[in-house]
Amino acid sequence: MKKTKKPVAIFLIIIVLGLFLATKLLEPKYMTGILEGAMIGEYYDDPTDHNVVFIGDCELYENISPVDLWKEYGINSYVRGSAQQLIWQSYYLAEETIKREHPDVIVFNVLSMQYNNPQSEAYNRMTLDGMRWSDSKIDSIKASMTYEEHFIDYVFPLLRYHSRWSDLGTDDFEYMFHRNKVSFNGYYMRVDSRAPDSVPEGIPKIDYTFGSNAYMYLNMLTKLCKTNNVELILVKAPSLYPVWYNQWDKQMVDYAKANNLTYINFLDHMNDIGLDWSKDTYDGGLHLNLSGAKKLSSYFGKILQEEFKVPDRRGEDKLEKYWSGVIKRYDKEKAKQEKNLELYGSVNGKKK
Amino acid sequence: MNELLEILSDLHPEVDFATATDLVDGGILDSFDIVSLISEINEEFDVTIGASELTPENFNSAEAIYALIKEKLDDED
Amino acid sequence: MLFTSYEFLGFLLVVFLIYYLLRGKAQWSFLLISSYVFYFIADPRYLIFIAITTVSTFFAARAISDKKSSFDAWFKEHKKEMEKDERKAAKAKAHAVEKKIFLCCLLFNLGILAVTKYTNFTISNINSILNAVGNKGTLSFVDLVIPMGISFYTFQTMGYLIDVYNGKFEAQRSIFKFALFVSFFPQLVQGPISRYDDLSKTLFEEHRFDWRTVSFGLERILWGFFKKLVIAERILVPVQAIIQEPDKYNGWYAFAGAMFYALQLYADFTGGIDITIGVAETMGIKVTENFIRPYFSKNIKEYWNRWHITMGTWFTDYIFYPISASQFMMKLSKKSRSVLGNNLGKRVPVYLSSFIVWFTTGIWHGASWNFIVWGLGNFVVIMISQELEPFYRWFHSKVKVAGTFGWKLFQVIRTVLIMSSLRMFDCYRDVPLTFKMFGSIFTKARLSQLSVNAFTDLGITIADYVVVFIAMVILIAVSLIQRSGSVREKIAELSAARRFAIWYGLFMVTLIFGAYGIGYSASQFIYNQF
Repeated sequence: MKKTKKPVAIFLIIIVLGLFLATKLLEPKYMTGILEGAMIGEYYDDPTDHNVVFIGDCELYENISPVDLWKEYGINSYVRGSAQQLIWQSYYLAEETIKREHPDVIVFNVLSMQYNNPQSEAYNRMTLDGMRWSDSKIDSIKASMTYEEHFIDYVFPLLRYHSRWSDLGTDDFEYMFHRNKVSFNGYYMRVDSRAPDSVPEGIPKIDYTFGSNAYMYLNMLTKLCKTNNVELILVKAPSLYPVWYNQWDKQMVDYAKANNLTYINFLDHMNDIGLDWSKDTYDGGLHLNLSGAKKLSSYFGKILQEEFKVPDRRGEDKLEKYWSGVIKRYDKEKAKQEKNLELYGSVNGKKK
Repeated sequence: MNELLEILSDLHPEVDFATATDLVDGGILDSFDIVSLISEINEEFDVTIGASELTPENFNSAEAIYALIKEKLDDED
Repeated sequence: MLFTSYEFLGFLLVVFLIYYLLRGKAQWSFLLISSYVFYFIADPRYLIFIAITTVSTFFAARAISDKKSSFDAWFKEHKKEMEKDERKAAKAKAHAVEKKIFLCCLLFNLGILAVTKYTNFTISNINSILNAVGNKGTLSFVDLVIPMGISFYTFQTMGYLIDVYNGKFEAQRSIFKFALFVSFFPQLVQGPISRYDDLSKTLFEEHRFDWRTVSFGLERILWGFFKKLVIAERILVPVQAIIQEPDKYNGWYAFAGAMFYALQLYADFTGGIDITIGVAETMGIKVTENFIRPYFSKNIKEYWNRWHITMGTWFTDYIFYPISASQFMMKLSKKSRSVLGNNLGKRVPVYLSSFIVWFTTGIWHGASWNFIVWGLGNFVVIMISQELEPFYRWFHSKVKVAGTFGWKLFQVIRTVLIMSSLRMFDCYRDVPLTFKMFGSIFTKARLSQLSVNAFTDLGITIADYVVVFIAMVILIAVSLIQRSGSVREKIAELSAARRFAIWYGLFMVTLIFGAYGIGYSASQFIYNQF
């Protein structure tokens, strides 16, 4: 009996190791190009006693800069954002966040209320792959899967990414076992600017009511925050596009009122924020650039501090140390992008 | 028996049918040959061989084929 | 449930585990339940069809069997008292009843097959005729369920009925055992068409877990997945691109399409059968082989003895022999000999029977003229090679090439080219288009079509072609090794480390280089509808 056991154990180790290495190699790294896929995973390395956690789609992670919130107000915050983050994904991220830390405030961007059903496998992956395994992740996967997806593909990412063998690049080897930080506490930096040419009109809809599934998760989010004594703030980021219909806005106003929540539509505050669309967006009004994000953060930080009593934690040794590291990276990235912009006309440093 | 061997060597002159015992299993006689064979036998011996009797066991050797024919002939009278 | 789906693998795992927890009768009973669950998941409506075929054939066969044995017993007792004529009459009388039951059951079940599969084909032909004679009205098509694998299980069941009728063996006494024989899930989708006396040897036995058997089965499954996922699914992409745009992709493309399709079909179909046989083997059940390296055949007749063997022998045993041994054929033979002379006359019955067999084979493959013409194409090729036999004999007596490597290679290439050309009927929309595309190989093949970029427009990259090529080399290498005996037996003799390296290597290669999952379109068995 003993004789057979040893080789079997060795074989098992080789099998598992081989699968592990293959998975590590073939997984997308998101270190260049599409950085958004790496953002969710980064959260886990950082200290976890944020006072404010922003949860939502690109309208948060490209528009709110925690570094600037720290610098100006001493607010210790994080953006748990990902591309096209759907409301159930936001809900489960909030659930996980509350379990891991216990923020005073969760800010949710309501644009994703427009989606009632799973949308895209690729975006699902960018939000879900980075999450650590927990009940929240499992539930989030189940809620997010499109018709063509299988749960097992999330458990064994190799089943999903095996076909990347033909696209393997140097990044895949370099970042097999470690990743660089791509965001600044969840903020995705862009320093370039492109003013909008014209803002497309919204296409009239037959029915403006948000879907029942979206509402269900919004209700769950509200309840989750209430039972855990977390302040939930609903926001709509200031973007010229996609269109935020008045009918949608009204529903959120009503919802906030009925549930005793704060809802801030920053589209109504653009003058106070001081946004200048000729300078403060990098993609023609969809998302803010660093200059715009600084303005919005400054404006929102003030509200958070004054109305929601988020403490100024500057002076705490540990946090000062942590943040000075982030700021260093932030300044470096900013300088790099500016230099690239000057030399090549693009923040990525590639020739146009 | 001799008539049978003659018929067989008409089909495949290169085979020694007197000794071969794997005519079907060895791939010497294929389905075409077997069908030609039963029509020749029908002509020569005036016996009808049914489809269900067209098994490898019955056609693997000249002897087996002859036995089949004899059985038929006996049955007829 | 596709063989290459997570659901199937999960289903398999559950069935496998429970199967070995059970003992004795419970094992095959459980397989019956599993098979019906398998069918139920595919579409609950299918169950009605398979149940009707099962029940009708079971009772018909049992009735025939009972009649036979009671007559035999009676006949044995009374044989001596009777005159020869009386004996004959008694036999004929008993036989007549059997025949009635037999024919009713046979026609009923073939009727179900015909109605489900061929109604719309018949309607479309009637419509063409109506249009041709100037009638504008058309019959509308009927929306019918075509149960998965109906051609396979109907043929398997009818083979059983015919065998019982011919007294080859006694009818199965347990309807549940018989139901399992009809519905055994690994072979439900795409065959092979098993014979009752063969499959029943191991199907109902108790099987204890035996590592050697199980590992052989798993190995076979893995090999099937390798063929299907690494080769077939990948090469399917350019095949479809080529056949969908015949105007754009003619000449060399049409040729490449035919070659790719030959490879695709081979890898997909034999891979599927590997999975079927492997699955059965993991449970100790022996399903008959369906392929013996068909492309190594020296001629088309041999090819058909080595490709889809269970279908070929089914047609031979149950259609070709009965027709050619029938009274009618014997009479026809006599007549044609006297009219056409011995030499030519004896060909008539054989060729006529062959023609019927190939026509049926064609239409069995699919309800369309493409398949009928394809079947008849095979008939023509086989007849020509039959007629050329004297020439070959003469040729070989003059030129000593037989047995040389070059000659064998020539034969293999010839087989591949002929079969691939015929298979083009499988690909293109209709018969005229197929002829046109085949013609384009000779008239429109331009060297300019053969640039490197030409084939990367077809949906897969150079890297994919390289993978297919390497996998094909492995396939051919394995086939060559197989000529001297089972590859799995050879692997079993290797040291544990080497065995492990082979298994694990094959597993990882299939896992990584398999064309499955998101990014590759969902795959259906080509043979599924047959």
